[in-house]
Amino acid sequence: MSLTPDEVLHIARLARIALSDADVQRLTAQLSGILDHFAALSSVDAGDVEPTAHPLPLSNVMRADEVSPSLPRSEVLANAPEQEEGFFRVRAVLE
Amino acid sequence: MSDLWRLTAHDAHEGLRSKQFTAVELTQSVLDRVAAVEVRVHAFITPTPDLAVEHAREADARFAAGTATPLTGIPVGVKDVIVTKDVRTTAGSKILGNFVPPYDSHVYEQIRRAGAVMVGKANMDEFAMGSSTEHSAYGPTHNPWNLDLVPGGSSGGSAAAVSAGECLVALGSDTGGSIRQPAALCGNVGIDPTYGRVSRFGIVAFGSSLDQVGPLARDVEDAATMLDCISGHDPRDSTTNPEPLPDLRHYLGRDVRGMRIGVPREYFVAGMEPGVKARIEEALKLFEDLGCQVDRDLSLPSTEHALAVYYIIAPSEASANLARYDGVKYGFSDRSARTMWDNMEQTRARGFGEEVKRRIMLGTYALSAGYYDAYYLKAQKVRTVINREFAAAFEKYDVIVTPTSPTVAFPIGAKTDDPYAMYLNDVYTLPSAVAGLPALSLPCGLSEGLPVGLQIIGNFFDEGRIITAAHAFERAFGWANRLPDL
Repeated sequence: MSLTPDEVLHIARLARIALSDADVQRLTAQLSGILDHFAALSSVDAGDVEPTAHPLPLSNVMRADEVSPSLPRSEVLANAPEQEEGFFRVRAVLE
Repeated sequence: MSDLWRLTAHDAHEGLRSKQFTAVELTQSVLDRVAAVEVRVHAFITPTPDLAVEHAREADARFAAGTATPLTGIPVGVKDVIVTKDVRTTAGSKILGNFVPPYDSHVYEQIRRAGAVMVGKANMDEFAMGSSTEHSAYGPTHNPWNLDLVPGGSSGGSAAAVSAGECLVALGSDTGGSIRQPAALCGNVGIDPTYGRVSRFGIVAFGSSLDQVGPLARDVEDAATMLDCISGHDPRDSTTNPEPLPDLRHYLGRDVRGMRIGVPREYFVAGMEPGVKARIEEALKLFEDLGCQVDRDLSLPSTEHALAVYYIIAPSEASANLARYDGVKYGFSDRSARTMWDNMEQTRARGFGEEVKRRIMLGTYALSAGYYDAYYLKAQKVRTVINREFAAAFEKYDVIVTPTSPTVAFPIGAKTDDPYAMYLNDVYTLPSAVAGLPALSLPCGLSEGLPVGLQIIGNFFDEGRIITAAHAFERAFGWANRLPDL
């Protein structure tokens, strides 16, 4: 299972990571190599087996729907790169 | 008094309780040791000496007031993946280089409630992705047994700190072997608890169906004491087990005669160093001498697939968990471009290291349209097959014993250019991690002058039996609290 440079660029766009041409070349080779090692999985016959998403048989753990204190806004925003009037500030979202 | 840093936590507790020394003196001994060796070992990203002295003073007050616990006044290293209020928490990444959390993780609350002293935030592979601590954005940690070698990873800073005397016991996290493998390479006892025993609230997330916090210590008793302290239900992590937990210290000093030990054939294959194999064979012999029934006919046929299953599932979960690092809410932010989207792509390109980007890409691919069934869904199905094989084995055996790592510590730089060679370090620790089972690593001797780790895997929430087996072995073998010359 070999990846193409175009596929690597597509994955990078989905993951929102900017890549240089050199990055694309290196990752194409490295990811293809790793995927080759995973090919053996296709030989395992697991047709009707239920997939495991989680090791414990837990589902729908509920808690009481009660209001509890949350962090003050000033503490939440204290690590923000930019803030304005109590909000996170970002650059233009639309061109 | 100058060598107090050499004590185990339980010996230090006896000294504190009987007033042979104070918690401030014990902490000062450890801080002096940090000052002497840290420049060579680099176990910590952020040492916290002032905080340690403050905690030690509180601990002395608790001894005076009669409210001390076994961890009161004990100097502890805390892996930097564990969120600590007002103390920078980087997870080994540049992208969290300036992150000062506004809250505490559950495990940190627990050790502080017990009165432990925090010495510093321990170095780690970035976001716990690695097996050597070389993927830290803050430089590699050096193995105290030989400074040219890696300490293992990703909890390499925690393991090295315990061995170098820079703390008495440490917290690490294990996703696919990140406590057990460095414990093996540095000669510590390390425990990856059952998934759901320890709350993940306030742990920087990597693979959410795999991550667990656990102890690294100088002997089994200290590891059990620390695991007791951090275990238990936490409403803030719905995957924690609500059942009441047994006191793990009750499982120390018990007889192991008649214990049924399974040794899986599939773990003794090409790639294991002869010196490691020899130590494991001797360890199995010692278990037989102790009266255990050691059966080498156990077969876990899907063992060979655990590596692929793990390296599809963990990166897939990571690609979702690490989507939060967008340069908007906290952490490193590149704002050089005109739009938010370009800023995000540059923030992530510059903020993440090579291995983290590789795994995000791998996970994004495995979850993407057209490949989900072949990779992610298939890996989840084979995960079920692996779980069933373990479940069948635990109908016949009390514990499963294997090597922890196929090799002893390797040179810094030896595997950084070959990601897959690095992944192979985890071949023995991945299967139990995928299944969510508890597993412990403890030293079983030296090969080429370096520690070899023995892994004991137990059934779900059966840490007690693992601790019984490990403690009996440790006593018979006579290794506890052996520290390297440094």
